[in-house]
Amino acid sequence: MKENIKTLSKSIGEYKKQVIMTPFFVLIEVVMECIIPFFTSGLVNNIRAGCGIDVILNYSVKLVIMALTSFAGGTVAAVTCAKASAGFAKNLRNDIFHNIQSFSFENIDSFLPASLVTRLTTDVSNIQMAFMMIIRTAVRFPFTLVFAFVMAFVMGGKLAFIFFFTVPFLAFGLIAVIKTTTPLFNAVFKKYDRMNESVEENISGIRVVKSFVREKFEKRKFSKTSDDVCKDFTKAEKILAWNNPMMQFCIYVVMVVVLIFGSNIIITTTGADLDVGQLSALLTYSFMMLQSLMMLSMVFVMIIISEESAQRVCEVLNQKSTLTSPENAVKTVNDGSVDFDKVSFKYSEKAKKYALSDVNFHISSGETIGIIGGTGSSKSTLIQLIPRLYDVSSGSVSVGGINVKKYDLKTLRDSVAVVLQKNVLFSGTVRDNLKWGNKDATEEQIENACRASCADEFISEMPKGLDTYIEQGGTNVSGGQKQRLCIARALLKSPKILILDDSTSAVDTATEAKINLAMKKYIPETTKIIIAQRISSVKNADRIIVMDGGKISDIGTDSELMERSEIYREVCISQTKGAEIDE
Amino acid sequence: MNKTGKRSSVGKMKMIKKGTAGRIIKTVFHYYPVMTSLTVVCILISAVVSSIPSVFMQNVIEIIEQSWRQKLTWADVGGEIIRKVLLLIVMYIISLAASIAYNRMMAVITQGSLNKLRKDMFGVMQSLPIKYFDQNDRGDIMSRYTNDIDALREMISQSFPQLLMSGTVVISVFFIMIYYSLWLTLLIILGCVIMYLAINKCGSVSAGYFFRQQESLGKVEAYAEEIMNGQKVVKVFSHEPECEKEFRKRNEKLFRDSDTANKYANILGPILMNIGNLNYVLVAVIGGILIAAKAKNISLSGLPIGISIVVPFLNMTKQFTGNINQVSHQINPIVMGLAGAQRIFSLTDEKPETDDGYVTLVNVDVSPDGQITEAEKRTGKWAWKHPHSADSTVTYKLLEGDVRLNHVDFSYEPGKQILHDISVYAKPGQKVAFVGATGAGKTTITNLINRFYDIEDGKIRYDSININKIKKSDLRRSMGIVLQDVNLFTGTVMENIRYGKIDASDEDCVKAAKLAGADDFITRLPKGYDTMLTGNGANLSQGQRQLVSIARAAVADPPVMIMDEATSSIDTRTEQIVQRGMDALMKGRTVFVIAHRLSTVRNSDVIIVLDHGRIIEKGNHEELIRQRGMYYRLYTGAFELE
Repeated sequence: MKENIKTLSKSIGEYKKQVIMTPFFVLIEVVMECIIPFFTSGLVNNIRAGCGIDVILNYSVKLVIMALTSFAGGTVAAVTCAKASAGFAKNLRNDIFHNIQSFSFENIDSFLPASLVTRLTTDVSNIQMAFMMIIRTAVRFPFTLVFAFVMAFVMGGKLAFIFFFTVPFLAFGLIAVIKTTTPLFNAVFKKYDRMNESVEENISGIRVVKSFVREKFEKRKFSKTSDDVCKDFTKAEKILAWNNPMMQFCIYVVMVVVLIFGSNIIITTTGADLDVGQLSALLTYSFMMLQSLMMLSMVFVMIIISEESAQRVCEVLNQKSTLTSPENAVKTVNDGSVDFDKVSFKYSEKAKKYALSDVNFHISSGETIGIIGGTGSSKSTLIQLIPRLYDVSSGSVSVGGINVKKYDLKTLRDSVAVVLQKNVLFSGTVRDNLKWGNKDATEEQIENACRASCADEFISEMPKGLDTYIEQGGTNVSGGQKQRLCIARALLKSPKILILDDSTSAVDTATEAKINLAMKKYIPETTKIIIAQRISSVKNADRIIVMDGGKISDIGTDSELMERSEIYREVCISQTKGAEIDE
Repeated sequence: MNKTGKRSSVGKMKMIKKGTAGRIIKTVFHYYPVMTSLTVVCILISAVVSSIPSVFMQNVIEIIEQSWRQKLTWADVGGEIIRKVLLLIVMYIISLAASIAYNRMMAVITQGSLNKLRKDMFGVMQSLPIKYFDQNDRGDIMSRYTNDIDALREMISQSFPQLLMSGTVVISVFFIMIYYSLWLTLLIILGCVIMYLAINKCGSVSAGYFFRQQESLGKVEAYAEEIMNGQKVVKVFSHEPECEKEFRKRNEKLFRDSDTANKYANILGPILMNIGNLNYVLVAVIGGILIAAKAKNISLSGLPIGISIVVPFLNMTKQFTGNINQVSHQINPIVMGLAGAQRIFSLTDEKPETDDGYVTLVNVDVSPDGQITEAEKRTGKWAWKHPHSADSTVTYKLLEGDVRLNHVDFSYEPGKQILHDISVYAKPGQKVAFVGATGAGKTTITNLINRFYDIEDGKIRYDSININKIKKSDLRRSMGIVLQDVNLFTGTVMENIRYGKIDASDEDCVKAAKLAGADDFITRLPKGYDTMLTGNGANLSQGQRQLVSIARAAVADPPVMIMDEATSSIDTRTEQIVQRGMDALMKGRTVFVIAHRLSTVRNSDVIIVLDHGRIIEKGNHEELIRQRGMYYRLYTGAFELE
């Protein structure tokens, strides 16, 4: 918890002023709130004594000024508090987002996108609310308590001893309730979450439910869990239900004691030790004190609720990127040659199996390399080491003759363009998306890239051409079209190395052949590395790497491999069998 | 919990149907008639008692005044004061008892009502047609169980009692005030009017901004979601600074809206508080002036205005304004709660799936001469029991799995026809494959066969019975289904397989798993068949999950199987294993296969090529290859699907 507060408080930033101002102005508000009953009691005493209207007016001017001061303090505090908490939330979101941007692939793999979104939105909102409560009530409660206590003693004398009983009573009562209910609520909230997860399961699997005619079964199952949740909630809330009566009890005790002993003192001392005015003020103070105790217990609940959120946010904030640019980084890439020297790799240190082991090869600048192999043979893993999306576990990967770890990350990734297997387009026009490759790309460059990736055909058929809006996730273009746009986007980077990770799987073979041809013409100097399922996609490469179980099984040209690689031959045969029937 | 989110919905106020509040109250009363009535009574008692002390105070102060005037000592008046206070203590004890009772009962009522509503909702949901789930966003349905129920909880447990309480206090205090002095009462009413105006003004301004804040939050969320999902692409293109710039822009807007919204909401507190304070001062001053001027009092009690009236009045001012302040805090939760209630009711009011089918599936014995008789116990043989209303006879037809579609037309929305004149014959044991681009209508056809949707024109017959006559649950029970997106449920592997047939023994399930080729990997799991699956089987690979779902279909042992893209999200290598499981499962059954990869449909008896809801080619693999049409082009890779 302490660690979390430290982490979070860094995000207060430029709103420190408001954060400090808020309690200060709350203080003004509270002081006035506490003085007003004091003065009113004086007024009441004077009225009782039968004073003139001038005295009353004199008092009333003072009281109005106090109310206005309190109002001013309260208003300023309200404004600064809103700004402080909204600003804090803003900074927190920016900081989270910023840190996520610095994540390496390894970091990204360890969080689900949806959970990151929740942390950025719901969790931050929870923290914002708690923060607002804290800075407003943090000062309010202790101060009201102390001030009301003092005032009560000043005016009520020994009568104020009643607070020695009621305040600790309520405080202990509230603490006891919070202490007993917190673990109960934590447990039931977990159950509640699980129940809702199972509802979600039911909704997404409704076709299965209905196909197997399991509606009644599901209803029974849900009924049982729901009853269980209900039982636990009721139990916890019944304990929580003591809060109100406890508060009432305290007020009642104060009322009774003040009425009996107060009137006794007033009568026996004929108003010298205590007067009617003080009697009324004493009741006001006692109410204020107990109220602020209740408020405090609410703040505690808020803090407990937001604790989980704080924990989740800090998890992201404290996550350090596992990959950073080195100092004195190399800022130019000489050429598109790639060297793997005794490379082994596993995704996490704990993993037993290496995803890649002892990989050695050299690719000369400008070569076209095909990579083929079954799923799980680590083709994608292999190419992700080239732009240093992951770091090798041992051995070294070099680009342009220099170890990738020595490059500035941006430099390296600008020179090595990867079209990822799981690719995404972003909402925006086609042009916006393509400009990700090069934000200063000219119209001509964009058109060339589209031509090379065979995206020009369908773009020209779109109603608004390059200005057609792509929906989030690229849902309004087909899989093949999306892949071609992604290739065009990568081409615009004018990379020294272009890697296509199964990027033409949804493109028909004729178009694919056209793309491959265009690339030879359009970017002859660029090293091209193509991962594919279809043999036809890599057949014409200069060399083909055959992967098997995280190792290189063979490297060679199509004809060489046909001759000596059994895996390659197998894949070839299985894919051409269909066509042979016909021929 | 999340006030920022909740306030926004004040904008929803206008969208709330009339009578929603009444309906939710009625519902709660209906669930707990006695307890709810008792609670109301207890709240009323508690509220009335809490407004009474002013009366006692007035009495006591009057006695004090009297003692001064007549120079009496404590010994003279103490007894009377103590008697009065004793009466007060009695009332307090009653009130305390009422308070303890209603607070505890509220816990039961709230949680119990929510539980019943939740179960109602779930029950109705299970009976809704698939159409409902296709038309409504999953998150939207889900939020009724989470956000809306939470909002309702706050309304039932907090807002309703608070309103009743505050309302009663305000009314009883009002009468006590009139009883003592009309002039001072008018002063307080004046303060209330100003408070009302402030709540109205500040509330609506802040509500507007909360609404905008919610919109801005939505925009931040949408952007974050998009970037988080494409984070790897962002990295590959070193696009981080641009993304941050855009995020900051949206975040800044959210900040401004959130700041303004909270500012107005926060200001309302001090405003109300100090109107209360000023009112307090005003009562003291005017009261003082009235006493000093010996003005004539107008009141029900006819008491002259004096210190014994002004002092309790001061407390009543606090009480009055305090309660109005309380009510103002309940506005947002009530609006949220009502909006939630309305959404919950809209779900429970949905019309369940209708089922007019009267042909049922029963266990039968077949005698050697072909005579079919209904059996009480499981016989392993099934037949359709077909009662004929015309001559009130009952005929039995053995379940075989013969499915025929005749000239079927269908549209999801009127005017947008999806399927045109589809005719497909599947004899028992045959394998029929559907091929075509996304949106060609492949899945739609299977949706019609098990009556997830009803056809518009034409006929579908199952074992030559019109499927409209068959009871839906029995129709569906006679068909197994394996979908592309595997849905497993939280529970053990064994429980998941048993989902196909609830009364299947462990042996049956293992047998089915063996048939599907899933036994191998399951036995290698840490706890074998007792391994817990959570999060849709997140601890299994995609291929393994599909194998479990195949085993699940296998244990049901239906004569007809539908395989909808069952292997398309699995890599080619795993596919071979899964394919073996599927082949084993398909043996001896009528099977409808929808496949993306043509390799999986080659050995089908009939391959149907669909395009925009029409059958454009039909035949077996060899025939279609010979035709050199669409199938040929797809098969040779000269044409892209999707």
